[in-house]
Order: sequence, then C-alpha cells, then structure tokens
Amino acid sequence: MELTKEEESALKGEQGEIMQMAYRILVATGEATDADKLIPIEWAHLSGVNYNTIGDSGEEFLSGISKTARVKVKTTLNPMGFDIDNVSNYGLDDNFISKQLSIRKSYEAMGVIPSFSCIPYEIFDIPKEGTHVSFAESNAAIHANSFNNLKTNKESAFSALASAITGKSPYSLLRKEDSPNITIRMKVDNPNEMTYGMLGFFAGKVGNDSVNISGIEEMDRRSCKAMCGGMGTSGTCAKFLFGDGESNCEKVDFDKKEMNNIYDELNTAEKGDLITLGSPQLGLEEISDLTSKLKGRSFKKRCIIFCPRIVKEQAIKIGYTNELQRAGCEILADCCTCLTPLINKNNVDSVTTNSIKGAYYLKNSNGVDVNLKSLSQIIKDETR
Amino acid sequence: MKKILVKGKTQGIILKSLNPINFLGTVDKQTGVISDKNHDLFDKSIKNCILVFPNGVGSSVGAYTIYSIKSNNVAPLAMICQKADLTVATGCALANIPLIIVNENEFSSFHTGQKILLDTESLNPITNI
Repeated sequence: MELTKEEESALKGEQGEIMQMAYRILVATGEATDADKLIPIEWAHLSGVNYNTIGDSGEEFLSGISKTARVKVKTTLNPMGFDIDNVSNYGLDDNFISKQLSIRKSYEAMGVIPSFSCIPYEIFDIPKEGTHVSFAESNAAIHANSFNNLKTNKESAFSALASAITGKSPYSLLRKEDSPNITIRMKVDNPNEMTYGMLGFFAGKVGNDSVNISGIEEMDRRSCKAMCGGMGTSGTCAKFLFGDGESNCEKVDFDKKEMNNIYDELNTAEKGDLITLGSPQLGLEEISDLTSKLKGRSFKKRCIIFCPRIVKEQAIKIGYTNELQRAGCEILADCCTCLTPLINKNNVDSVTTNSIKGAYYLKNSNGVDVNLKSLSQIIKDETR
Repeated sequence: MKKILVKGKTQGIILKSLNPINFLGTVDKQTGVISDKNHDLFDKSIKNCILVFPNGVGSSVGAYTIYSIKSNNVAPLAMICQKADLTVATGCALANIPLIIVNENEFSSFHTGQKILLDTESLNPITNI
C-alpha cells in the first residue's frame, strides 16, 4: 500500500501510540483486502458495543484506549445489550450491566455519539452523494452502498474504529467501480418484507462483493431494511445494484424453491413463546405503521419492539408508545433482537419474528428456535 | 511472494499447525494454551513462539483475544499465515505482533522446531538461524 509521509510517520509512532495502532489496523486491513492507499472518510459507524459480543477482552481494550484515543470524524455506535430505563425487568446480572456501562463510558470518552442504533441511515442526515463513510454494521453498510449513494467497505469493528480515530479507510474494491459478476433474478410474486429478507440472505450467499438484482418493483422501507439485514447476515457481499447488469453476468434465479430452502433453514418452530420486532431496529415510520395496524387489537403473548432511543422519544411524544403498550408491546431503546442478552434458551424455547437477520442470530447465538412470519401474519395470528 | 500485514523484527522457534485457529473460542487468554481437543496444537501454548498456521477462523471478536494474550504476555512473537483473514490481521495490528502472509510452497517448507529470524524490513524477511 502507498502511504503519504504523514501516514508513514503515524505508522512509525511519531504521532503517539493510539495513532500508530490505528494505522497498523488500516494497513493490515488494506493489505488483506488489496487496497492500494487510504482515503479520507466523513463518518464512521462502529460495531463492537454489546458486552454480549465483545466480552471482557473488548471491555478492557476499550477502557484502556479511551484514556487517550479521540475520534476525528463524526462517529456513531451500534446497539448495546439493554435499555437502561427497564433493564431491571429482564433479570440481567449486575456484572453484565456494569461492564456494558463501562463500554458506553469508554466510547463517550472518545467522543463517539452514543446512538446505540443499527440504522444510522434512518436517524442521521445522509451526506451528499458519493461521500465515503466507514460503516461496520453490515446492514448499514449495505444500505449506505445500495440505497443512500454512499460508499463504504463492509468494515470490521476494528477498521471502523481505526477510521474514526484517523478519518481514513482503505481504498478497497467496494469504494471503486461496481462490477458485480452475478445477477439474481427475483421471480417470487407478491413479496413481503420476509421475502426480501430471504432474497438478501440468498444474495449474500451467492455474491462476493456486490450483486445485481433484477425483477424488483418499488420496495417500502421495511423491505429495504429486511433485504440489507438478510444480506449482511449470510456473507461478505455489501452492495445491491438494481437492474440486469452486464450481459456476461452469471444469472441465478431466486424463485419459490430457493426461498423455501432458506425458510426451512431458518424456521425451526411452529410457534413462538414471544414475538420480537426490529432487526434492524424499527424506525418511526414502521412504529407509526405498526400502531395503526394494532388499532383495537392486542397481542396474546409478549411482543418486544426494538428501536433507537431517538425513535422511542419521538414515539412517546406522538403517543405511539401508549398505544403500543396498550396492545401489549414492550418497547426497548438502545438494543436490538440481534445478539440480545435478554432472550436465551434458559427462559425461552422459541421466538416468532419477521426478521431473517434476527432469526439467524436467535438460532445461532441465543440458541432458541425461531418461528418466521411476516408482520401481517403475526398481527393476524398473534393478536385479538 | 510474501505480503507484510504487520511490520516487525523478532527471532524464535516455529510452532506449526496445519489447522486454522479460532482465537475467540479455543485459545486460553491467561495461558495461551489451545483448548480445542480436535486441534493439532491441543494442550500446547502458543506463547513466545513463531506461530505458523493456515489462517484464522471464527468471529472477528477473536482480534480482541489476540490483544488479550499479548497483554497477558502469552502471545506468539510473530505469526505466519498462508491466507490473510481480517480477524488475525486486525488482532495482530492491535497487539503489534508481526504478521506475514506466505505462499503455499513457503508455508509447507516450515516445520515445528525450526529457528528463524523474522525481519519485515529485510529483503529476505524470513531466514534460518
């Protein structure tokens, strides 16, 4: 990789240990992904926040570097493990809570905005077309590349952190030209958000860096998010381009057969003990839509809703949370279905959700069975 | 053809594995001992050796494990892999452990017990001593 004089000097340690470490990460990542240089970025979004995933090693590392490390560009943060407003209802042990709060403190000390959200693209202003960012959250990276006209690698927790500290990122393939070598032909009729989630999951499995998708009509926000969440879960692919692609592209169909294979892989239960909505977290539009769908109805079992804090605050002001709580929903800010410590196999056997991403992690990380249903089906079956 | 992912200079004795290593799940942070019964380095410590293995596998959080074993003074002196993976690359970068990627032929030429000098700034970064 070609480095500027200033970058070389940072790598030698002439700008302090933290800068040296950050540049070591960028160079190692860049060499591993065949980047030829570093480029400036305007916004970093970090993963590696939930104590459930980063553990003691992560907590100790962040606590150490937070004494001197400061972010150089706007930096936002993925969800953590709980909502402090109601954590006492969920039986989390004190060690988890104190370690999670230490992680929060470390990030805040570094100057990171404590957004605790996996949908930064929905709660922050989007920079102008073509702006380079570094998003470690996979669904957010795919959303940024595919729907927001931004450019990002599918960063790791570490490369995004190094980007936040230096304001730079490796100039790897996804930041350059789009050249998918594969086109997925969407053939399933009347798709709902779960269909799009499975299409994303399928695309992530067959694609390398980016894929073309043909045969797609207009999608609502819920479906876009479901598709990005699904793709980020199953592979390293980080961009959709809509259209047929070049004529020499390999063509692969996504039809009922392919969809049913994914459904059978992720759906392992006939019904759930509780329902979760939000993976990726719900935005205000989805909360508003859910509120109107639940008019005059209430859930027959627990339904947990995950959203960013700013969305929860807006929902309280507008009166949505009152309505949702009346319908039996628990509304949690700052955390997400994905990798939540609040659901585990000791207290729950199975969970109903419409999220493909949520289903994958509930099954593989939380060890619970999953019952997959679209939102409209959930409301039909699980409320009265 | 060698690729330098993390620079550095050290010398030591090679400990070679033919299995990929999952740092998050199978390396003890206090002792550096591999705890996976199915691994060819089972029960061996990776402390202070030049660790040669094909590549890392498993969660990227494994990079923190590499940082932890370095903090606990039980990390390898350097690592040599056949394939670049982001977990090992960032882990070695965090912990400042030299990391070199080598081709298949070079990889198969290394053996446990071999004493080498590793210097990423040298024209010949790996030499027998």
